[in-house]
Amino acid sequence: MASKGIRDRVAVIGMGCTTFGEHWARSTDDLLVDAAGDAIASAGIALDDVDAFWLGTMGSGLSGLTLSRPLKLDYRPVARLENMCATGSEAFRNACYAVASGAFDMVMAIGVEKLKDSGFSGLAIGAPPNDGTGGMGEITAPAMFSLLAPAYAKKYGVSAEALKEVMTRIAWKNHANGARNPRAQFRKEVPKETIQNAPLIAGQLGVFDCSGVSDGAAAAILVRAEDAHRYTQKPMYVKGLSFVAGPAAGTIDPGYDFTTFPEVVAAAKDAYSQAGVRDPRSELAMAEVHDCFTPTELVLMEDLGFSERGAGWEDVLSGTFDLDGELPVNPDGGLKAFGHPIGASGLRMLFECWLQLRGEAPEERTIASVAAGRKLALTHNLGGAPGECVSFVSVVGSEPTG
Amino acid sequence: MGGLIAYGAYIPYNRLKRSRIAEVLGSGGGPGSRAVASFDEDTTSMGAEAARAALRMLAGGPASVRQLYFATAAPAYLDKTNAGAIHAALRLPESALAVDMAGAVRSGVGALLAAADARVPTLAVLADVRTGLPGGGDERDGGDGAAAFVLGGDVEGGAPVIAELLAHRSTTAEFLDRWRLPGDRASRVWEERFGEHVYAPLVAGAFTAALEEAGLTAADVDHLVVTGVHGRAVRAFAKASGVRREAIAPDLAAAIGNTGTAHAGIALAELLDRAEPGQVVAVVVLADGASVLLLRTTAALAAHRAPNPVAAQIAAGNDGLAYATFLSWRDLLEREPPRRPDPEAPAAPPSFRSEGWKFGFVASRCESCGARHLPPARVCVRCHAVDRMTTEPLADVPGTVATFTVDRLAFTPSPPLVAAVIDFDGGGRFRCQLTDLAPEEVAIGGRVEMTFRRMVTAGGIHNYFWKARPQRPVVAATNGSNGAQGG
Repeated sequence: MASKGIRDRVAVIGMGCTTFGEHWARSTDDLLVDAAGDAIASAGIALDDVDAFWLGTMGSGLSGLTLSRPLKLDYRPVARLENMCATGSEAFRNACYAVASGAFDMVMAIGVEKLKDSGFSGLAIGAPPNDGTGGMGEITAPAMFSLLAPAYAKKYGVSAEALKEVMTRIAWKNHANGARNPRAQFRKEVPKETIQNAPLIAGQLGVFDCSGVSDGAAAAILVRAEDAHRYTQKPMYVKGLSFVAGPAAGTIDPGYDFTTFPEVVAAAKDAYSQAGVRDPRSELAMAEVHDCFTPTELVLMEDLGFSERGAGWEDVLSGTFDLDGELPVNPDGGLKAFGHPIGASGLRMLFECWLQLRGEAPEERTIASVAAGRKLALTHNLGGAPGECVSFVSVVGSEPTG
Repeated sequence: MGGLIAYGAYIPYNRLKRSRIAEVLGSGGGPGSRAVASFDEDTTSMGAEAARAALRMLAGGPASVRQLYFATAAPAYLDKTNAGAIHAALRLPESALAVDMAGAVRSGVGALLAAADARVPTLAVLADVRTGLPGGGDERDGGDGAAAFVLGGDVEGGAPVIAELLAHRSTTAEFLDRWRLPGDRASRVWEERFGEHVYAPLVAGAFTAALEEAGLTAADVDHLVVTGVHGRAVRAFAKASGVRREAIAPDLAAAIGNTGTAHAGIALAELLDRAEPGQVVAVVVLADGASVLLLRTTAALAAHRAPNPVAAQIAAGNDGLAYATFLSWRDLLEREPPRRPDPEAPAAPPSFRSEGWKFGFVASRCESCGARHLPPARVCVRCHAVDRMTTEPLADVPGTVATFTVDRLAFTPSPPLVAAVIDFDGGGRFRCQLTDLAPEEVAIGGRVEMTFRRMVTAGGIHNYFWKARPQRPVVAATNGSNGAQGG
């Protein structure tokens, strides 16, 4: 990896996040106005103070006008970005670089998605005009990610029943966390039996193994690190940012075995190197990862270096990643329970880091690791499918490196 | 005079047991079963499958075919040539003519005779999907399938003639026996005894004339195939023909139904699967007149029989198809779709640009490092060499299931959708749909082969592409017995 990173050069001074869910009464414009307003209030600034904007949305609007029109921005730069399910992270990353470059003093990264207006189950993404040979035909996202489960079970000698238990535990944990989050789409704990016995959607995945389809928006205000204390006593520093797009080799190379995301391994390595993280499991206070489907979270525990290869399933079962575990993963409920409005999700993950690192998370889901002295948090965002994806990893922290 | 140099037949995997009709409707049905084209098959895709089988036995391969005649009474498109998709699926030379003979059942034997008379190697492909209204005789007695034959001219590569053409004769008359208006779901027929009255002299005349031309008598005929659109007249002629009783071939209708345009072809293929060298074969078709084709098998036949005999395909069929599924496949029972967007139609320019891949399943192989790419690519995924690719046809290369899933949410005309990652023998990987199997039959390590299918019809466009199906062992069939005694 040739990236040099921008460690401690940019800081978050304010964040906002709407509730995620089925917002029948709120439009894309409403969600953007609310998230932007919350972020500005959080930073204690005015909208006029923001020099430029990076808007992430996969399909809820084209061009910067999607943001400038509802906010009535008067002739300022608005970039509109898309990088599949990692769109929100992509908006954040580019906004960070703009500040680090010195081009702007203060910027906003904002992500939005309005999925529930389509009327369809799951995601419905239109493709450019094509030859109709897209291989899987009209295969859905849960089916793509369900390919991980039998491959993982076979490689590591885990029985189908045991793997189902692991998947169930991940869903159960994230629902338990979401139940402690007033912004989450699903705010109830779900019994393991309900999860385990839910109707199958694809492969071994039941309804509860899939993330919530929802509407929502989230936003962050960024400034140069040296300016951060003018706005807040507790800024969140950007330690590492990595974004990689893979060659999609897994779909054409028999060497790929569907038990890992090489893109995630590469992005994690790069981000850890920028941030100076050597042992993520012992150094990170928490991680927000892309649990689009339960087998995804399992594989990510290994790809992100939280678990040894083949040991992630045992760590899941032993509670390592629970809210009160050694390394809490998705303390806000994750995509599973918080919901997954595509363009907003990457920023929503950072929002949880913001709350936890600053000690502002509701008491019932406050993680112990921050009080115990850990100062780093990780977000991981994925777009695409096993074998062909883009991956984002960030490391953020509550203190500049001394 | 030239002759027959290769043949192949395709019987779709699914069967409807006729007894299932009465189970649902309270009447109708009967003994035996009928072959059913799957929801992802039509006359074009089945024709392509039959032709692939024929070309596999052709020494010169696709490049030696100069003309393609495609006959069907159920064309997938009008105005547009359906033989074009078959031409592309077979990777025939651009210079080869491809035309349809579409609309009437008689087109089948017409394509066969036109190929027999051709001066250049000609591929005749016969395919049909026969459907009537629920509970009717055509639904019960019809069947779906295809057959293909290469005939005529001197073939490059010295492919031997496996059956010499001795003679063919036809008679034609204008009368109402069976007809259908364009767009109608079912055919109409006149009173049965009227047709029998008209057909009897027409077929007798053609048969006598053909035998005379060949210098033969009915007693010289070793195998007689009689098929047609009028069951009673067909049976009557078989009895009255004067050939030896034991020479009359079973018509396969009990096991697969009458496959209309394709039926004479499938029955001829079944005969060629088991005929001995030097035997006289008579093919008689009753459809708006009569046609008689006389052939004599040669010593080359034994070494050039189709790889998957008709009897084996009949024996391998799956008769577990529910009647309701059959009805929904034929658009006679509309089912609630999932809450998903309608499938998108393929666009013309990208389909044109990728003809070799989309229709022919031609991948690419890197000349620098040998890596196979499905779909074909310009930049090698392994060594990153640019524009060092050669074409790599993979339609006939089997593969293994690396992993798979059953998608219960996806839109498909016959849920659930089964998808798998296929690793091909000799390298290369592709994700695709599986077909002709139940979800519980899929397993990692399962062996599959590629099959040309109509993925979906959207926006008035048929999306043809390839799926994988389980490689099933060819069921051994005893000579002369095909489990389909229905003659």
